[in-house]
Amino acid sequence: MAKVKSLADLRKMKEDLQSKVHLREKGDNYENLVQVKVGMGTSGIASGAKEVFNFFVDELEKRSIEGVVTQTGDMGYNFAEPTIEVTIPGKEPIVFGNVDMKKADQIIESYIKNGELVEGILPENYDKIDNK
Amino acid sequence: MAKYSMHILVCGGTGCRAAQGLAITESLKKEIDENNLNDTVQVIETGCFGFCEKGPIVKIMPDNTFYVQVKPEDTKEIIAEHVIKGRKVERLLFVDPDKKEKVSDSKHMGFYRKQLRIALRNCGFIDPENIEEYIGREGYEALGRCLTEMKPQDVIKIIKDSGLRGRGGGGFPTGLKWEIASKNHADQKYVVCNADEGDPGAFMDRSILEGDPHSILEAMTICGYATAATKGLVYIRAEYPLAIKRLQVAIKQARESGLLGKDILGSGFDFDVELRFGAGAFVCGEETALIHSMEGERGEPTVKPPFPAESGYWGKPTNVNNVETFANIPVILIKGATWFRSIGTEKSPGTKVFALAGKINNVGLIEVPMGITLREVIFEIGGGIKDGKKFKAVQTGGPSGGCLTTKHLDTPIEFDTLIAAGSMMGSGGMIVVDEDDCMVSVAKFYLEFTVEESCGKCAPCRIGNKRLHEVLTKICNGNGTREDLELLDNMSRVIKDTALCGLGQTSPNPVLSTLDNFYDEYLEHVDDKKCRAGVCKSLMQYVIQPDNCVGCTACARVCPVGAITGERKGIHFIDQSLCIKCGACIEKCKFNAIFIQ
Repeated sequence: MAKVKSLADLRKMKEDLQSKVHLREKGDNYENLVQVKVGMGTSGIASGAKEVFNFFVDELEKRSIEGVVTQTGDMGYNFAEPTIEVTIPGKEPIVFGNVDMKKADQIIESYIKNGELVEGILPENYDKIDNK
Repeated sequence: MAKYSMHILVCGGTGCRAAQGLAITESLKKEIDENNLNDTVQVIETGCFGFCEKGPIVKIMPDNTFYVQVKPEDTKEIIAEHVIKGRKVERLLFVDPDKKEKVSDSKHMGFYRKQLRIALRNCGFIDPENIEEYIGREGYEALGRCLTEMKPQDVIKIIKDSGLRGRGGGGFPTGLKWEIASKNHADQKYVVCNADEGDPGAFMDRSILEGDPHSILEAMTICGYATAATKGLVYIRAEYPLAIKRLQVAIKQARESGLLGKDILGSGFDFDVELRFGAGAFVCGEETALIHSMEGERGEPTVKPPFPAESGYWGKPTNVNNVETFANIPVILIKGATWFRSIGTEKSPGTKVFALAGKINNVGLIEVPMGITLREVIFEIGGGIKDGKKFKAVQTGGPSGGCLTTKHLDTPIEFDTLIAAGSMMGSGGMIVVDEDDCMVSVAKFYLEFTVEESCGKCAPCRIGNKRLHEVLTKICNGNGTREDLELLDNMSRVIKDTALCGLGQTSPNPVLSTLDNFYDEYLEHVDDKKCRAGVCKSLMQYVIQPDNCVGCTACARVCPVGAITGERKGIHFIDQSLCIKCGACIEKCKFNAIFIQ
């Protein structure tokens, strides 16, 4: 990992990262990739988030969908674990709750492939600091 | 295969459902069907939008139109006007209360939301094991600015001006704490992050550490710069293996990037962070006990003063802050003290993270501006009480706090109002209790916890809490008297006044606050030997109703202790001296012949 030597360095790094966040290893077409984030805090993992994570990694590959699956922390919707966030290029991210293998399969087939929503959507119910 | 170009989301939260949310979904589907739009428009029910006061909510995507207070009869117009002709139904749009304008794009109406995420800003957003994602979201920017553009006293001034108060429960002004630590000179000073979260039902700190560990490292480094400390320690309980792992990864990455270690960002400032593991003793959340535990001593508190800011870890000036407090620091430095003060209340600026647990629909983590009411938290964000039961109380502040009842539902939540209401903010656990819970048993549960967790150093806590617990047990067993209630009250006050540390001084709070708010329940227990919630087993009896009993013998066969006797086709009888009140018989009986008395 490259050393960050000064504030200017840090800012440059931030700019670079903001334009392509963590997906560089996937090449430059990350904007055309489906992104799946799996909430993997303790409560997510306890409810099976790891299996869901692996399912997405394997199945996107198998079904030839260009996508990237990442882990993230607790999304706060602990009543509906495991929770995942799916971003289809050009669309707003959507959070799905209570995602088991069956639901994950539905999400891939209906939403990711055809843009058809499936039950279990959790609307964003909080405000972010960027807006305040 | 249908290719939908439009989605209609109908809120399926408890509030909206109660207000005909389902009828709206049905009616929308019918309209779509009648207009042959089945292949282009999809209707779907979602979770709660968190805007129940204006429900039922209908949101149309992709144009983000947000309709409020929709009625089933409005659906015809929505389909005919919006979906078919592309014209928004003006009268159903939300009106901005400040500007008195209609808001057509919900992207511009963030203000309706009850929650604001500051400490949880990255939680559930970034990959916690990837420093680049943190940097991409302005991570370490605040540290960079402090080290290169600000003097330590400027940093302290901003934190002081922001009015940030310790989120661990005490609510001590953070800026002041930093200032005191900075003024004490020594060859070595320390910054400690208190991650010894121990209240039953609380998991805010764990989630922050698991979801955004770099924010804590950054804030500790800033604190180190402000107070001239070069070593940081995170005291974390060993029961949090995932949080520990993610912290270790974060520390390693920060060191490799030069954001921890020598000469950070070319400023000449050195700072490094290490972990110290606790064995999960509640008392170690108290800062002096925490420090002793880190030194390898028993986790016992000592009298303050001297405060850790004067003489802490190995006798050196030490600044101890809680995880959530640290998580706020980088944002305050980037956005400024005035911005922070604009959120929350005058005396308690900012937000607070709560872990909602217990008998509530939406169990989870929430972050709300201070000053929000309990009603908003429980009935709007929390989605109300499970199974439509009646709200009874909410326990805040864990074993050190108290309960808030229906009469407190409209009290704004902030440090001082909660204390005035006989509870406390605590670290942020909120356990919701409904009509099926017995308040005497709730108090007993917390006492059990404190008795277990008392370090035993001072007599009031060691002996007093044990005696309190005994009296509560006696009451729950049906042997209590009116004198016992007086004794409870008296003893609680003595313990409060005489215990050595925060644990002992606050441990009688659950007793005092339940006595205050639910005295009638205590009276029922001692006078009538009755537990209205049916929790205290000694106070109930399983009885067979002779009229309904057909003598099927099902109950007698399932009884694990052979307490039920009776002939086949004859009326059965439960021997109360043998009955262990397990409830197996009542489950088995098909004729409703067994009831609880």
